[in-house]
Amino acid sequence: MAGSQSGYGKPLPLMRGFTKQFYDHCRNGELRFQCCTACGKWRHVPRNTCASCGSWDWEWARSNGRARVFSWTVVRRPMHPNFTEEVPYAPAIIEMEEGVRLVSWVVDCPPEELRAGMPVEVFFDAVTPEVTLPKFRRADA
Amino acid sequence: MSSLKDQACIVGVGQTPFTRGSDEEPDNFRLQLRACEAAIEDAGLESQQIDAVLPFVSLGIAEEFAVHLGIRDLRYQATSHVGGACPGASLANAAMAVSARLANYVLIPGGWYGYSGRKVREVVVSDVSVMSGGVTARDYYFPYGLTVPTQWFSMMARCHMDRFGTRPEQLGAVAVAMRKHAQLNPNALMRERPMTLEDYLASPMIADPFRLFDCSLEADGAVALIVTSAERARDLKAKPVYVMGIAQGQPFPADDIATREDVFELGLTSAAPRAFAMAGIGHEDVDFAEIYDPFTFQVIQQIEEMGFCERGEGGGFVEGGRIELGGDLPVNTHGGLLSEAHVLGMNHFLEAVRQLRGDAGDHQVEKAEIGIVTGFGDFGDGAIAVLRR
Repeated sequence: MAGSQSGYGKPLPLMRGFTKQFYDHCRNGELRFQCCTACGKWRHVPRNTCASCGSWDWEWARSNGRARVFSWTVVRRPMHPNFTEEVPYAPAIIEMEEGVRLVSWVVDCPPEELRAGMPVEVFFDAVTPEVTLPKFRRADA
Repeated sequence: MSSLKDQACIVGVGQTPFTRGSDEEPDNFRLQLRACEAAIEDAGLESQQIDAVLPFVSLGIAEEFAVHLGIRDLRYQATSHVGGACPGASLANAAMAVSARLANYVLIPGGWYGYSGRKVREVVVSDVSVMSGGVTARDYYFPYGLTVPTQWFSMMARCHMDRFGTRPEQLGAVAVAMRKHAQLNPNALMRERPMTLEDYLASPMIADPFRLFDCSLEADGAVALIVTSAERARDLKAKPVYVMGIAQGQPFPADDIATREDVFELGLTSAAPRAFAMAGIGHEDVDFAEIYDPFTFQVIQQIEEMGFCERGEGGGFVEGGRIELGGDLPVNTHGGLLSEAHVLGMNHFLEAVRQLRGDAGDHQVEKAEIGIVTGFGDFGDGAIAVLRR
């Protein structure tokens, strides 16, 4: 699973099905989430049906990329060998303006300066030729 | 069929020693088998009398236990995929099986080489089928280094601290209480390692706000329970422990902790009222609570979600000795996963049974009549049992 050819050693998503679709959009520079076309509810992680209304109909709706930090942890002791050099790092739950949340990093903010509600915006990091990860930077309010 | 209340009893308990390290090759099944034999002996039964096995998720299959115990007539089996809520879920299953006369004597094993074998952090990384949310974690958490429970639940603790003002000293009060109880428990790994609040605050930060002493103890150990009907229990040698109430639940969505609408919702939130209603008790009737404690924060959270106090007040609830032996609600009288050992919450049932039998020695709750045991699995699946003597 690790991209040993490109030298990127960190865990990568399994590029299949909905996961592949999500990350392929990221590779194209777009943050898209599933949106139910029957009731309009956005959702993440991707699923087959809408838990609100039961519809199987959905589309990959494009997010405006603006969000706020919802929560985070600061990893000070490495728990996975491929993240040792990143410590301390802060995986965060990011809440998009559309209401969906996802886990990511705020790359330009020291962990001590993270605040709940901090405005951020998405950018895209092509960590391997196949996989681009959405990450976030500080934004104006 | 009328209520399940008091239809089933725990009539046998057994354990292996709880250790960190072993001379033997780590074999989870073999360890559990030893605990099973101890429980069967404790119940005063022969192993061939067991006719149902409910294994712990990913740690065994019923057939393997049947073959080794000489069970020729295995008439019921099931496995619940709810992580640390599995013991409680299996107890519900066992109670239903015996009261419906599908089985007579149900074996519930659970144990592992959690220290000497593959550690929890490695299991989650290597096998996504092991837990609900495994796929979510692999595809959406692991790429960002969010790989272990310590990191997932520390984010929830941070939310709680931000929203309600819960303080590190309050997480520390849980750690200190568990460690105090461990001093009185010969089985506890931390028995001769007392801890003060200062020790807690000085311990190294693992995933902020979780420090080392917020985290449970990886351990090698196994426990087994034997369940039968209240009728059959009367003929056995040990004092039966009655299942007064039992329930399970899941948060929504169960397989993604980041997107949950109600951030602090647990399976226990909906399960607790059901179990209390079945038992016909109120919070004031509970003499002790063995609360599944992979991290200190979950003790605070589960106390809130069970309704012992309002959401956000759990930090205050655990201070001042309320959850210590002698307090209003002794919690984890054995030291818990935090200071006894992480044996999958099976050790919480073991402790509850000992308390209700009056066999808890130095950590006995006086006049223990009714106790509760919770389970917590994966991203928040829950189970709760109300037990009485």
